This record gives sequence, structure tokens and C-alpha cells, in this order.
Amino acid sequence: MIRTPLRPLARILKARDTGENPDVIERENIRARHEVMRDKSRLRAEGRLLVLGVFFFCAFSVIGVRMGTLAASDPHEPQAAASGASITASRADILDRNGRILATNLTTHALYAQPPNMIDKARAARELVAIFPDLDEAKLVRQFTGSRKFIWIRKKISPEQMQAVHDIGDPGLLFGSREMRLYPNGRLAAHIMGGATYGREGVQSAEVVGTAGIEKAYDDYLRDPSLDGQPLQLSIDMTVQAATREVLWGGMKLMNAKGASAVLMDVHSGEVLSMVSLPDFDPNTRPQVLTAGDASDSPLFNRAVQGVYELGSVFKLFAAAQALEIGLVNPSTMVNTKGPLRWGKFKIRDFHNYGAQLSMTDVIVKSSNIGTAHVAMEIGVKRQREFLASLGLLEATPVELIEAKGAKPLLPPNWSELSTMTISYGHGLSTSPLHLATAYSSVLNGGTRVAPTLLRQNGPRKGTRLVSERTSEQARMMLRQVVVRGTASFGEVEGYAVGGKTGTADKPKPSGGYYDDKVVATFASVFPAHDPKYVLVVTLDEPVETSGRKPRRTAGWTAVPVAAEMIRRVAPLLGLRPEVEPMHPTGVTLTSN
Amino acid sequence: MRSFLYVITALAIIGLAFWSYQENYKTRASLKIVSQLQVEIGQTREKLAVLRAEWAYLNRPERLRQLAEINYDRLGLMALSPEQFGKIDQVAFPAADLGPVTNPVVLSADLEATQ
Repeated sequence: MIRTPLRPLARILKARDTGENPDVIERENIRARHEVMRDKSRLRAEGRLLVLGVFFFCAFSVIGVRMGTLAASDPHEPQAAASGASITASRADILDRNGRILATNLTTHALYAQPPNMIDKARAARELVAIFPDLDEAKLVRQFTGSRKFIWIRKKISPEQMQAVHDIGDPGLLFGSREMRLYPNGRLAAHIMGGATYGREGVQSAEVVGTAGIEKAYDDYLRDPSLDGQPLQLSIDMTVQAATREVLWGGMKLMNAKGASAVLMDVHSGEVLSMVSLPDFDPNTRPQVLTAGDASDSPLFNRAVQGVYELGSVFKLFAAAQALEIGLVNPSTMVNTKGPLRWGKFKIRDFHNYGAQLSMTDVIVKSSNIGTAHVAMEIGVKRQREFLASLGLLEATPVELIEAKGAKPLLPPNWSELSTMTISYGHGLSTSPLHLATAYSSVLNGGTRVAPTLLRQNGPRKGTRLVSERTSEQARMMLRQVVVRGTASFGEVEGYAVGGKTGTADKPKPSGGYYDDKVVATFASVFPAHDPKYVLVVTLDEPVETSGRKPRRTAGWTAVPVAAEMIRRVAPLLGLRPEVEPMHPTGVTLTSN
Repeated sequence: MRSFLYVITALAIIGLAFWSYQENYKTRASLKIVSQLQVEIGQTREKLAVLRAEWAYLNRPERLRQLAEINYDRLGLMALSPEQFGKIDQVAFPAADLGPVTNPVVLSADLEATQ
């Protein structure tokens, strides 16, 4: 490029000659040069703006056109794509731990009528009543001839009933498809399943929602479409559950109890293998909730989870285990059992008089209230409360049932020293059988905390350590002695080394005080005691055993035989081989020099 | 030469049109089959769900127990009990077959029977 000089010599000389300022020429040239530069850069900027504008226009028009077509076109299923499992039933199945079905869905139909399309309304009503005898013919005729355009007749009908309605041949009787929740095992695990009902309903479909139990607690999971109908697998073993229920039912009838519950728990994982509460109900036709009276009279009441009772002497194990753990006692330490123990105006008595003192093991074996109260006093209020809290006995259980959150233990309003004494033998603190099973599992499995669960786990779940291995073993040996020579002698099942503690608690009157002739009998057991696998808690509500001269109500005569029969039935089903209990090595023992 | 190219092009277009026509109809036929199959899969799944439910219903422990009680004299089924556990070494090893008798002893009783 040829540059124009800023001070062209010819013009400068000419200007000097004429006496003009040559700088004016230079400034003029600078200005001209800047103008050229400005024009060039403007042109370039304009070009860039244009390109950018075209680009944005294209991008926005592509998006706009795509949106327009999406909005204007009809949706259609991708036909050529391979079909997934997403067309399967909307609510997921519930299975037991071996994959057997506990809850599933069936397609069924709902029957509705459109009176404007009906031809012979009186005949249709007559024939409908012939198929469904509980319908009222006069009411149907009134509905059909009234001003209504749409009437639900039945929410669920069977295929046979549907065919019969088809045979009426009236064009105003129509069917809408429905999905129905089915519990093929009926009453077997009624309280765990809970039940399901219809939520929002349309003509062609209705959503199925859980009303209680795990169906409600896991409602979101079961209905989550992103899980693609993946079933929910529970820790319940159906065979074991059936055996437990059968034995418990028989036991409840034999012992004239008005209710009963059983919880069988894996001590290492906290899995509930079986949980039965009697009386029960059929979740397929869930009864109405009681609106008046005591909730525990309804079959809907889950005694194992919601039944918060004072469980009595079964709590003595916790006082003993804590005393062993702290080092206050060892199994053969002598404990004062001289009675009655006075505390203010309150007296603590034993069932029999056990003399001046008993060893710690014998306090548990003979179930001495006084001895346990003495031990509890040495433990102290604060430490006892902390220990029971660490076992989960002072809060609702975290089990996956909607009812569990509401079943909080009843604590004394003021945890005094007297409360400490009474709680040590199981009075003054009300918990559910599930709480007890969890706490027993935590103490007896080697001393690590477990949380109760209804979902299948893979292997043991070790929680924080609560007591040492040694304490846990000593506690198990004490429980074993209770069965071998103590209050639970009917609990012996050959080959399974059952250890356990009985508990008989008077039922509180609603008006205050306690009934003399109504008790809650509990047997909390662990088997095998030398190698703990399972904890079983059996509770009978108001049992009475009448084979003797006087009616017997203690747990040793009522809950224990039922639990023993249950273990005899259930342990083989769990794959436990009966074995001879390992004895302590005999021989010369060095006692002193 | 040029007209020859035209003829070739025209023939190619006719051929391609024929081919695409056929492909179009084949695709439509396949899509129809696919949608039929999907309906069938849906119905089969539904049937399967019903069969599973029925299987679970027929195998409910309560019914099995009743059946075992009704057929007790034929089947002799009882609840599993701890006594039924055994050890493998408690089971006798099956005895070896006896060899064929090569030198039979004639008993006097047999002789009497033949007389």
C-alpha cells in the first residue's frame, strides 16, 4: 500500500512560501487518514453483526419451529422401539424373603351405569339385584330413572359377575378397568401388610394407595414408576410366619387369652422373620376402624408394634446386664434380697420369700424384684436411663410400618429413684414387644446395637457396641439357667438350648391402679443360648391356665409353653440343627492355693 | 451418448421408486406386526400376573396345611420337627449287590417239595 505522507514536501514548501502554517496540512492529512480507518472498521463490525444476527435468527427459528410442531402434532407411542417392562402393573408386588408373593395386583372391572343409554331400566335393576343380592332394587330403579347421568354400581367385580352383567345386554351398563390389590395369603401377615384402597378414581382407571402397615409406609416406593415395578422384598419368612401364627393361635385359645403377639428376630441383623398379632383380619377386606372404645379391641390393632405394655420381669435382664458391664457384680456376686424393700411408703415384694441373699444369677433365675431393685439403685438413675435409651427402649421403633411412629414408649413423668427401682423389674415403663425383641437382640448378640427392620438385609448389620462380648455371654448363660432351673422350665426344647426370661405384669386399670386378675404374660427368649441366632418374644394378653386347682396366670405357665412349642416348630424351618449344648470343660479347677 | 445417460438415469429412478415403494410397505407391515406383538405381550403379562396370583393363592400355607391334614392317610405329612435332622454318617452306605450264586446248596426241604 502506498502511504500518503503526512507532510508532503511539495505542499509544505508551497505553504512556507505563501506564509501559511504547514502544521495545518499535517493535521488535515491525519484527519483524512483516521476517517479511512474508521470507515473500514465500521464496515467490518457491521459484517460481524450481520453474521451473528443470521446465526441467532436460524437458531431461534429452529427452536421455534420444533416447538410449534411438538405443540401442534398428536402424540404417538414409538412403535418400532422394543417394549420394556413398563407396561406391567403399576403398584409393585411385595415378596417374602424367599421371593414368595405376599401382595400382588389383579386386573378387575368396575361396573357403572349411564341411565340415558339404558333401555329397560326396571329389568336391568331386577337382573342386577339377582347378580348382586346386596343391592337394593327400589333404590337402583330410583337412581336409573332420576336425573343422574352416571352411577357407580360396583367398584370391583369378578369375571363371572362381569359375564352375567354382559348377559343382561343393556347398553347403559358399562365397565371400567381397575387394578385390585390382592393378598393371596389372607390373614397370614395382615398387620404387616396393612391394606390398600383406591385413591383418586377415574372411569377407566384408579390409583391404588396403601392404607396401613408397610403398604402405607412404602407407598411412594411401591408406586414409583422409575423403579419399573421392582418388588419390595421383606424379611418375613412365609413358612415361619405360618407356623408361628398357627402355634400362637392354638396357644391363645388354650390359655384363654384375649390377644397374643409374637416377634421372631434375627439377633445379628435385626430382621423380623415373623411378626404375628392376634386377633387379626383379612387385608383383602379390611374392617372399619373402631371409632369408640379401646383401640386394642379392634383386630386392626397390631399388638406387637402398637401394644405398649408394662412387660414386667423381662426387664430384669437389662439391670443385670448393665451391672455386669459396669463391673458392679459378676454372676456369682451375692445380692441382698431381704424383703420387703421399703422406699418411702412404697413396698417392693417378691412372689415368694427368697431369704436374705441370692447370687446375681439366682436373682434372675428366681426373678427377685427386691434383688433387681437393689442392683438398680447401685447403677443409679442417670446411668440406667442412658442404658435403656441406648437400647432404643425410650423412643418409637424405626420399623417400616406406618403405625410404629405412633407407638412411643410410656415413660414415667419424673424418673425418680423409685422409678429406677420399679423400671428395673419392668413396671413404670411401657414398651411394645418389638422394642423388647430389639433390646434383647442388642444385648444378647454379642453386645452390638441392632435396629428392627422388615426389609431383607444381606448379612449382619453391626451397630455401636453397647455391652462387651463377655457381658453378653454371661447374660445369655443367666437366661439359660432360667430355663434349666428357674421360672421358665417349660421352655426347654431339646437340642436348641433355649434361654429366656419370663415376665408377668398386672394390667393397669383405666381408672388407675392395677387389676388383680388380668395380666400380660411375656416370655422373651434367645436360642441357641451358646450361639445366639434368634430372639423370640411371645406375649399373651390376659391369659389364664385352668388345668390346676387354682387358675394360673404367670408367664411360666402360659407364655412359656406356647413359646417352647413355637421354637420346636420354627427352629427346624429356619434350618437350625438340634445340637448338644457344649458343656464347660470339667476337670480340676484351681480355686486357691 | 448423452441420450444414453438420460435413459440410464430414468431407469435408475424408476428402479429406486419401485424399491422404496416396496420398502415402505414392508415397514408398514412390520410396524403392524410389532404393535400386534406388543398387545400380545401386554395380555400375556397380565395373564402371567393372574397366574402368579393364583399360584400364590393355591399355595397359601393355610390351604396346604388343610390338604396335608385331609390326605394324611395317603401322604402321612407332618410338621417338620427337630428329630428329623440327621447326620450324613448316620445313613448306612448302600450295601453292594450280592454276586450270582454259583454253587447252590440243595436243601432237603426243596427236595421234599419237588417230590
